[in-house]
Amino acid sequence: MSMRSVVPFGPQHPVLPEPIHLDLVLEDEKVVEAVPSIGFVHRGLEKLVEKKDFNEYVYVAERICGICSFMHGMGYCEAVEHIMDIELPPRAKFLRTIWCEMSRIHSHLLWLGLLADAFGFESLFMQSWRLREKVLDMFEASTGGRVIFSVNKIGGQRKDVDNDMLHDFLRHFDEMEQELKTLSKTFLNDYAVCSRLKDVGFLTKEQAVELGAVGPFMRASGVALDNRKLGYAAYPEIEFEPITSNVGDCYARCDVRIREIFQSFDIIRQAVGKIPDGEVSVPVKGFPKGEHFMRVEQPRGEAIYYVKANGTKNLDRVRVRTPTFANLPGMLETLKGCQLADVPILILTIDPCISCTER
Amino acid sequence: MSKINFTKTAFHNLFHKPATRMYPQQPRVYPQRTRGHVSIDINTCIFCGMCMRKCPTGAISVDRAAKTWTIQRFGCIQCNCCVESCPKKCLEMLQQYPDPSSEKYTESFSQPVPPPKAEPVKPAQTESAGKEQA
Repeated sequence: MSMRSVVPFGPQHPVLPEPIHLDLVLEDEKVVEAVPSIGFVHRGLEKLVEKKDFNEYVYVAERICGICSFMHGMGYCEAVEHIMDIELPPRAKFLRTIWCEMSRIHSHLLWLGLLADAFGFESLFMQSWRLREKVLDMFEASTGGRVIFSVNKIGGQRKDVDNDMLHDFLRHFDEMEQELKTLSKTFLNDYAVCSRLKDVGFLTKEQAVELGAVGPFMRASGVALDNRKLGYAAYPEIEFEPITSNVGDCYARCDVRIREIFQSFDIIRQAVGKIPDGEVSVPVKGFPKGEHFMRVEQPRGEAIYYVKANGTKNLDRVRVRTPTFANLPGMLETLKGCQLADVPILILTIDPCISCTER
Repeated sequence: MSKINFTKTAFHNLFHKPATRMYPQQPRVYPQRTRGHVSIDINTCIFCGMCMRKCPTGAISVDRAAKTWTIQRFGCIQCNCCVESCPKKCLEMLQQYPDPSSEKYTESFSQPVPPPKAEPVKPAQTESAGKEQA
């Protein structure tokens, strides 16, 4: 009879910069159960909507998370725009698509770096983040911010990007694509990396559906669902297919994310090729009244924005369901039966964002 | 072969310049759109208070009577709303970030208050009186 013990994981742990606490019930070195507790960085951002003007809340929404800040702001704006029946100018929609995909590239590169750091491959971590830095520079040149962009507003975008700058970005992305091809060989073929990632943390397709997993975590288990296909921003005019893998282990999640970066390069190329000239915003009059559910595909998966408005400048309710929250049950399932040494890698492969989850 | 995937990158790093910048010896060149901090040309300001009303964090306060414009540097989120709403275009977003500080500070800018009107009226009256006499 093996001995049972409980090992606390977090809220301060070297592998994760954010606080999540798990009580790992072990039988010798094997995890039999993981009990999560969250709530360390709750900031009450949803409650703030009662005090802020619905236009000002865009700045609060984009502060829900530092990595998907653009998409949080955009998701909230799209929800209010649906309530107010605002039709965006086509150029604004394409700009949103381009900035969304740039966010996805830098989020996935950040995740690749963190993964490399988690299994101790420090130089691979630095190379991933060196590539990510170029995207942040492009964000700064186009929006004026590196992390918080403040370019979304209800009714369009606050800044336009001229076509010269967009084509300049494409040249940078071409260079990045070549460098990423070299890096991805290490991630996908290196013996040391594969030994940590392959055959670890399986999530079957049935489990992924049953436990409501989202994003690359779900697609790596073979479920081809991508909210970009729902057709917000300019995605209806872009040709792409959801990237999936049928394996469902940590290696498959890494593979799916790397291929999604290449797909994002392709989407940006298509968007820059098709972007029309014209205005980037329309004037907004009046106050919203009604409610709407908006679903967007963030780098980590599906995020849901529920907005209820009462016809005044303050909204009644804003609810955000973030991808990490949806992925937690799936993560706990994959933790069962794994080795204690694999726990950090397993937690990382869902790309957890605790600040999003707790808001 | 799969064991030496990273060797090419490692050798490239050995014989090339570092990817990082020698800061602060080599200063950062900001893009034109970088939002660092808000500055004001106080002599053009008409103290209409539009920036105060548009500021989402309430970091700006305008006192029309005292002709003073005040900003909490650490309350400002550099969203550019005040710059866009200013009717006289006296606000500007500069690229440099605000200086680090151990405490949250405010900065005040004020126009010199014009001297009371009662004083200069008297000589004008004497002048006109003089002209009439002449």
